Amino acid sequence: MGALTLTQVTKSFGATQVIKGVDLAVEDGEFCVFVGPSGCGKSTLLRMIAGLEDVTSGDVAIDGARVNDLAPARREIAMVFQSYALYPHLTVRDNMGLALKQAGTPRAQIEAATGKAAEMLALDHLLERRPAELSGGQRQRVAIGRAIVRRPKLFLFDEPLSNLDAALRVQTRIEIARLHRELGATMIYVTHDQVEAMTLADKIVVLRGGVVEQVGRPMDLYNDPDNTFVAGFIGSPQMNFLDAGKLGLNSDRLGIRPEHLTPGGGQISGRVSHVEKLGGETLVYLSSEDHGLLTVRLFGERDYAVDEVVGLGFEPNRAFHFDAQGRRLR
Amino acid sequence: MSQARHSTARSLAAHAVLILYTAIALFPVFVVVINSFKNRRAIFADPLAVPGPESFDLVGYRTVLAQGDFVLYFQNSLIVTVASLFFVLLFGAMAAFALSEYRFRGNMLMGLYLALGIMIPIRLGTVAILQMMVASGLVNTLTALVLVYTAQGLPLAVFILSEFMRGVSDDLKNAGRIDGLSEYTIFFRLVLPLVRPAMATVAVFTMIPIWNDLWFPLILAPSEATKTVTLGSQVFIGQFVTNWNAVLAALSLAILPVLVLYLIFSRQLIRGITAGAVK
Repeated sequence: MGALTLTQVTKSFGATQVIKGVDLAVEDGEFCVFVGPSGCGKSTLLRMIAGLEDVTSGDVAIDGARVNDLAPARREIAMVFQSYALYPHLTVRDNMGLALKQAGTPRAQIEAATGKAAEMLALDHLLERRPAELSGGQRQRVAIGRAIVRRPKLFLFDEPLSNLDAALRVQTRIEIARLHRELGATMIYVTHDQVEAMTLADKIVVLRGGVVEQVGRPMDLYNDPDNTFVAGFIGSPQMNFLDAGKLGLNSDRLGIRPEHLTPGGGQISGRVSHVEKLGGETLVYLSSEDHGLLTVRLFGERDYAVDEVVGLGFEPNRAFHFDAQGRRLR
Repeated sequence: MSQARHSTARSLAAHAVLILYTAIALFPVFVVVINSFKNRRAIFADPLAVPGPESFDLVGYRTVLAQGDFVLYFQNSLIVTVASLFFVLLFGAMAAFALSEYRFRGNMLMGLYLALGIMIPIRLGTVAILQMMVASGLVNTLTALVLVYTAQGLPLAVFILSEFMRGVSDDLKNAGRIDGLSEYTIFFRLVLPLVRPAMATVAVFTMIPIWNDLWFPLILAPSEATKTVTLGSQVFIGQFVTNWNAVLAALSLAILPVLVLYLIFSRQLIRGITAGAVK
């Protein structure tokens, strides 16, 4: 239960088309992450799946059944929002139980379901509190609990970690991953943070300007990007793009990840403009006359002085070739 | 230290301005109230003196309570004000919700049209309103007044409330939709409680002009059974002789109910503000 299929889905607001024909299949039990820069349409797409936005053309199907005209409450989905969106006048218990109550589920069953979800998320002792009395992390756990209680076919997450601080974000991310393993449910997750995408996803959908740029497993996108956009978006720090012509190659641009550039070797040279020591690794930023700003990622602590000239080498089989339109040349 | 003293000075100055303004605003009310407790000679001899043992006289109140049916007038005023207020808040909030929440053709135009009433005084249409009320047999009924005041209060209510409702989180409404709440439940249970401070503001701004209005009661419902307090007080103002004791007593009494209503709403207003602060 819980496969999702999108067929040539489009969405227009007035004359502007924001989703330009998306085809996608998410299998049952899969964790699918929509990732892209802000304004790429990922949230709109999620809201269309939820039924909060109309589909202009194309089909949304859950478990093979077309749900275009079905109200959100009848699609058997649950959604977790960035702003938590808890009902301010209800206790945690009632917040989690409301959907079942609306569906006319017997009280005992609601109690059991909320109890189980609360236990899963360590919310037992907070059940009688109101959202205003909870911290940000607790509120987000309640919002996740509210989704679990419904036993939906599809879990939808709309940037659920954006309002949390860094430590809590990592913790909640791990919790979501654990829930996915335990529940085995299909989850669609929207984020602009490629680290969240890489760590959580079975399948990543990279969107730009309402178009799917590439779909694949995290490591496939990392190791085998289709174009410069995906190559630049996935991986942190960002991939370096070098002028291939200046290196005597016949492609337009050459993409090399910061960890695959090594000091020594004379093909590329640059002047150190900044050094960031992170303890476990050192990031060296160089400006090169031929290739612009380059980032090199080195393991461990390294010492470089600003304005030092450094020669760089790379392994040819670790580099990606792109044409002038940014398409990958294989 | 200097900063602390500086802020003390600043708050003293602010309070001085506020106290001055309060004094100016309350002065007429104060004069009305003290003179309502004096005899006629004392009112004219020294209008600004507080009532003393010689000048104290309840003749104004006695006249008001004896002459005319002031309990009925009060009742009429209250019915008209509360009923109009209820309809203004209900319909105003509903229209505001529709305008702020749903995308439909002409949304913007509809909003402008509904807000137009703020700029055009409803009294310009008095003749037409009177003709309409005559035609529908509503002259000399409280219903006529409630209808007119509801129309009069709606533009401001729609304008203020739709601005506030735009500020209510979309996520919250969408969460309700996914949980299977109807649009009505979302409106009444989720959105209305969150815009309560705005509702209180609208209530206060709507209530006072209705309570104080003389124009429409005089034109649409001047019969004895439908007189409001402001209209009832006019009995004592004659072309040649005015019974000042009675007029002042009637006006003093008329302040009380509206004061009570105001206190109720202002408390809501403050509660709403603090509830919003802790989020």
